[in-house]
Amino acid sequence: MRKPTTITALTVALWPAIGASQALDSGDTAWMLTSTALVLFMTLPGLALFYAGLVRSRNVLSVVMQCFAIACMVSVIWVVCGYSLAFGDSVGGYVGGLGKAWLSGVGLDALSGTYPESVFIMFQLTFAIITPALFVGGIAERMRFSAMLIFVAAWVVLVYFPVAHWVWGGGWLADLGFRDFAGGAVVHITAGVAALVAALVLGNRSGFPTTAMPPHNLPMTVTGACMLWVGWFGFNAGSALAADGAAGMAMLVTHIGASLGSLTWMACEWVRYGKPSVLGIVTGMVAGLATITPASGFVGPMGALVIGIAGGLGCFLATQFIKRKLKIDDTLDVFPVHAVGGMIGLLLTAFFSATSLGGLGLDEGVSAGSQFGVQVVGIVATFVWCAALSFALLKVINAIVPLRVSSEEETEGLDIVLHEESGYNL
Amino acid sequence: MKLITAVIKPFRLDDVRNALAEVGVQGMTVTEVKGFGRQRGHTELYRGAEYVVDFLPKVKVEVALSEDLAERAIEAIVDSARTGKVGDGKIFVTELTEVYRIRTGETGDQAI
Repeated sequence: MRKPTTITALTVALWPAIGASQALDSGDTAWMLTSTALVLFMTLPGLALFYAGLVRSRNVLSVVMQCFAIACMVSVIWVVCGYSLAFGDSVGGYVGGLGKAWLSGVGLDALSGTYPESVFIMFQLTFAIITPALFVGGIAERMRFSAMLIFVAAWVVLVYFPVAHWVWGGGWLADLGFRDFAGGAVVHITAGVAALVAALVLGNRSGFPTTAMPPHNLPMTVTGACMLWVGWFGFNAGSALAADGAAGMAMLVTHIGASLGSLTWMACEWVRYGKPSVLGIVTGMVAGLATITPASGFVGPMGALVIGIAGGLGCFLATQFIKRKLKIDDTLDVFPVHAVGGMIGLLLTAFFSATSLGGLGLDEGVSAGSQFGVQVVGIVATFVWCAALSFALLKVINAIVPLRVSSEEETEGLDIVLHEESGYNL
Repeated sequence: MKLITAVIKPFRLDDVRNALAEVGVQGMTVTEVKGFGRQRGHTELYRGAEYVVDFLPKVKVEVALSEDLAERAIEAIVDSARTGKVGDGKIFVTELTEVYRIRTGETGDQAI
């Protein structure tokens, strides 16, 4: 859970209820407000630009539109039932009850720990936004916009909110002691697995992998990547849910993870292909950040060095494997970068949490080995639940709205076909 | 009259322009183009996905000339555009049947 030591997920879930006994801390409140803004900035415009630069110019608007519309739509679902399903009183540890539907009972004075519950709601909402926005990378350049909206609306309800509840809302994984500080499983595995499943169900873009489909604007991608890096400080250090030493340490290890992920990917390309590329170094950054995310509240700087390297190397190899060997068109490599990074980070958290390896300590009576077992359970459960539900949803939706545009429309480009606009009128 | 169409390496354009000016050429049209000849394309790698780029960027220079200037102009282009490596480009020479200057209505050599 997000707090490294004694505070369990259950207490977090109960915070609003026991809030009256705690006083508001203006420092914590200020940091949580700031973190919330940073995490929204990751999606809009960070991720939108990152993805927009990677697609071909005729689809640049379509991915921006997808990220933007997801942000707005998920916000509405969050108010109606999302917050409650994720953080409401637990129903058997599997999902939150509907007691907080329509944010009932949340007023000016409602507290979540030492800061207003409204801030907690907003902070968690930005996570619920970026997760399906990450998924968009897997289906880029060929999925119908309407089908994508229907899928994401159903997916957050059936996949994201329950998994967030299992891990952060006092659910069964939290009870097991599963350690996912800022979303290795909740965010990165769910987004990556959904992207991979959707890429398989939709099929490859026409021409993949024989036709050249290079990114149309790498400086745009780098701009977005840099926003992600900065925004990630809110993502990970904000997940400490306080302005304290844990937040500071989370920011430090996050930065180290990003740096090492970048350098490792660059080195891999240099050795294997002879030249270090800009796209490579920024992809390594995302890989390093995704990998350090679940570990960021539990490990120290030395652990972060190793985790960053493992993330860069593991995600690099996974990307080559998916793209070149399996020839699956997970268009912007969401699975190999996010899901693989998240899994590596979750597994290494078991070891690098230990004080002997510079970590902030495992729970009492828990060994690295038993923690590792819990991490595996969490990964497998998240993976299987997400894959099965994503697959079923896509099949059902395809019977109502075709998931894919026609091949003629695909060639013409989604910007004109679906949105009647073009990104560049030079 | 001749129309000379030279496809050259982009970075030689300034030298070609100066060399043509020296032999007395007073105008030209320049276009950025892509194509291939004996020079092979190159590969680009994006996250390990390899793409062969067949068409390389070149610059196309078009010059209309009187008969007496054509030979020296071609020589000037060859000398200034040559690097000695594959991909230096080509010069195409075609007969030009008529030229009009739009502003005055002049024709032939007078209009060049």
